[in-house]
Amino acid sequence: MGKTTEMKDHHEPTDQAADSRPADSSRRAFMGVAAGVTAAVVAPGVVLHSVTAAPRSEAVAGDVRWGLLIDTAKCADGCSACVDACGRENGLDLQSKPEGAAQAHWDDQKAVWIRKVKLRDNQTGRVTNLPMMCQHCEHPPCVDVCPTGASFKRADGIVMVDRHTCIGCRYCMMACPYKARSFIHEVMEDQLTRVPRGKGCVESCNLCVHRRDFGEASTACVDACREAGHEAIVFGDLKDPESTIRLRLAEMASRQIREDLSLNTGVRYSGI
Amino acid sequence: MKRIIYREWRIPPARYWSLLGILASVVGIGALAFAYMEHQGHWVTGMSNSVVWGTPHVFAVFLIISASGALNIASIGTVFRKPLYKPLGRLSGLLSAALLMGGLLVLVLDLGRPERLVVAMTTYNFRSIFAWNIFLYTGFMAIVIAYLWSMADRHGEPYNRPIGIVATFWRLALTTGTGAIFGFLVSRQAYDAAILAPMFVVMSFAYGLAIFMLVLMFSFGEEGRPIGDRILCRLKNLLGIFILGVFYFTLVYHLTKLYGAKNHDLVGWLLLDGGIYTFMFWVGWILVGGLMPLGIIYHPVLSKDRSWIAAACALVIVGGLASMYVIIIGSQAFPMQMFPGHTVLESGFFDGVQGAAAAYRPTIPEVLLGLGGVAVALLVTSVGVRVLQFLPESLADDVLPADEEVSAQQPAGAGA
Repeated sequence: MGKTTEMKDHHEPTDQAADSRPADSSRRAFMGVAAGVTAAVVAPGVVLHSVTAAPRSEAVAGDVRWGLLIDTAKCADGCSACVDACGRENGLDLQSKPEGAAQAHWDDQKAVWIRKVKLRDNQTGRVTNLPMMCQHCEHPPCVDVCPTGASFKRADGIVMVDRHTCIGCRYCMMACPYKARSFIHEVMEDQLTRVPRGKGCVESCNLCVHRRDFGEASTACVDACREAGHEAIVFGDLKDPESTIRLRLAEMASRQIREDLSLNTGVRYSGI
Repeated sequence: MKRIIYREWRIPPARYWSLLGILASVVGIGALAFAYMEHQGHWVTGMSNSVVWGTPHVFAVFLIISASGALNIASIGTVFRKPLYKPLGRLSGLLSAALLMGGLLVLVLDLGRPERLVVAMTTYNFRSIFAWNIFLYTGFMAIVIAYLWSMADRHGEPYNRPIGIVATFWRLALTTGTGAIFGFLVSRQAYDAAILAPMFVVMSFAYGLAIFMLVLMFSFGEEGRPIGDRILCRLKNLLGIFILGVFYFTLVYHLTKLYGAKNHDLVGWLLLDGGIYTFMFWVGWILVGGLMPLGIIYHPVLSKDRSWIAAACALVIVGGLASMYVIIIGSQAFPMQMFPGHTVLESGFFDGVQGAAAAYRPTIPEVLLGLGGVAVALLVTSVGVRVLQFLPESLADDVLPADEEVSAQQPAGAGA
C-alpha cells in the first residue's frame, strides 16, 4: 500500500529564530519591552518560513527528468490499487459529494488524478487496461495556454499547477489532450497539508511531488501496483541511462499517447 | 447637405426609468446568480471536468465578438469613407464598448477564483493567447473611448481617421484572438482549426450588426426619430452579406474536418447523431440564424417591412447564440480521441465510454449570469444615449449624406 498518513513537511519550530532577544541591560526598559513585543509578533512568521524552506533550499535541477513507464500487459482488469493509493496520498478521497448534488454529475465534477481505462481494439478485439494520468509532457499544452503561468513545468519535468496564481479559468483543461486535469468544484473542508486544495483551482497528477522533494524513490501509484503484485508501473529518471525505467524502455517497445502531437510525454506505455 | 445633429435620448422619464429598472433587475439577478455559484462552487452548474466551459462562456464569447462587430459601422464610415454610415458611428462605438463590458464581466465572474483578477492583470504568460486577449480587450476599450472622443469633440476630428484605422485593426485582432482561443487547441478535434479565427471575425460582423440594428431601431422608434429607407436597406443588405459569410465559413470548416478520415466520427456526430448539438446546429445555427433571416432580407415584400427586418436581426442573434453553444459546448462534449482505432469499454473518468458524448445541462444560474451580462451591455448603452449625444436626431433619407464618398472638390450633397 502507498504511504498514506505520514506527514513529512510539518512545521516544527526551530530554536534560534524563535527566541526573542533579551534587552540590553544598559538600555532603557521600554526599549527592551519594545524589542520583545516586536520579536513576538514577527518571529512566528520568520519561523514558519525558515522551517519550510530549510529542507528544500536547493532549487530543482534539470539533470533529471521524472517519468513513468506503464506495461499494459501487467495492468490487471478490475484492479484499482493505483487509483485508490493516489486518492489516499493526495487527499482525493477526502472529497465529499455536496448535499443535493446528483451522483452521476458529481462523479464528473470531483477531482481525479489517475483513472483506469479499458480499451478494445476495433480491428482485432484485443482488450487493454491502463492507468491514465497527467503525461508530464516536455511541451505541455496546459503550460502554453495558462494566462498567468500558474500551470508550469519544473526543471525535473513535473508539470503542475501553482495554486497561488491559478485563477480558475480552466483553459488548461481545454488544452490538455489527456483529460488529465480536474477543477475543484466544491468547498473543501478536509485536506492534507502536503496537498493543499481549494475551491476554484485546477490540479492534476504531480508525480507525488512532495515525495520528490524529500528524495523518495517512487510514487504512491507505483508502490500500490507493486504491493498488489502487478508491477505494471515503473517510476524513474528518464535521463539516467542506468535507471530501471531507462533499462526497461531500452528492452521493450513503448509509445506515447497522442504521439502525433509531438509533446514528448514523460509517461510511456508499452503494449498499446 | 444638412448638418447631422446629435441629441440625447429623450423618451418620457417614466418609460426610461422603467426600462432602466428592468435592465437593472436583470443585472441584479445575474449578480445574485454569480454570488450563488461563487459561494457554492461550480458544482451547482452544469459544468464538469469534461465540459469545463459552459453557458456563461456562450454568452461571454457571443458578447465579446458582437462588441467587435458592432464597431463595424463606425469603421465603414471612418476608414472606408462611406459618409452614409458616419452618423451611426457614435452609437456603434458606444454599443461596442458596452457589449465588451458585458461579455468580459460574464467571463470574469465565471472564473474559479474571480477575486484573483488582479493576478491575471499582473502575472502574464505571453505564450498564452488568453494573456494576449487581456491586452486586446483592455486596449480595445481604450481605443473605442478615444474613437468616440474623436467623433464627438471638434478637437478630436483630425485624429478621427487614424484612430478609426487603429480601431479597425485592433478589432480584427481581437476577434482573431478570440477565435484563436479555440482554434489553437490541439487537444480537441472540433477545435484545432485555424479557420475558427476568421470564422469568428465574420460571425462578429453578423452578430454585432444584428444587435446594432435592433438597438438603433428600438431607440429611434421609442422616440419617434426617423430612420430612412436608404440607410435601413443598406444595413439590412450588409447583414445579408455577413450571414452568407458565416455560411461560407461554416461550410469550409466542416469540409476541412470531413477531409481527414480521423474526423469523420466528429462530423458525423455533430451533423447527424449529436442530439441537442445536432439540433442546435441545424435548427439554431443554420435555419434560425441563417436561412430564415436570409429569406426575410432578400424577400421582395418582407424585406420592406421594418418589423420583419427587426425579426431577421433577432433571428440572427438567436442563431448566433446557438452557434456559440455548438462551438463551445458541443466541441467539448465530443470525446477526445486519445486512442484512435479503439473503443473505450470502461473508464474511471468519462473518457467517452462506447463513444458517448459528455453530459452537459445548462443550469438556471449559468443562464442568469449570461443574461446579466447582456443586461449590463444594454444598461450601459441606455445610460450612454440618455446622458450624452450619441444618437443623431434623424436618419431620414434627406438628412443623410450620399451613399458613396465624393471627391474632395465636391462635398457630399445630400437631400437629392
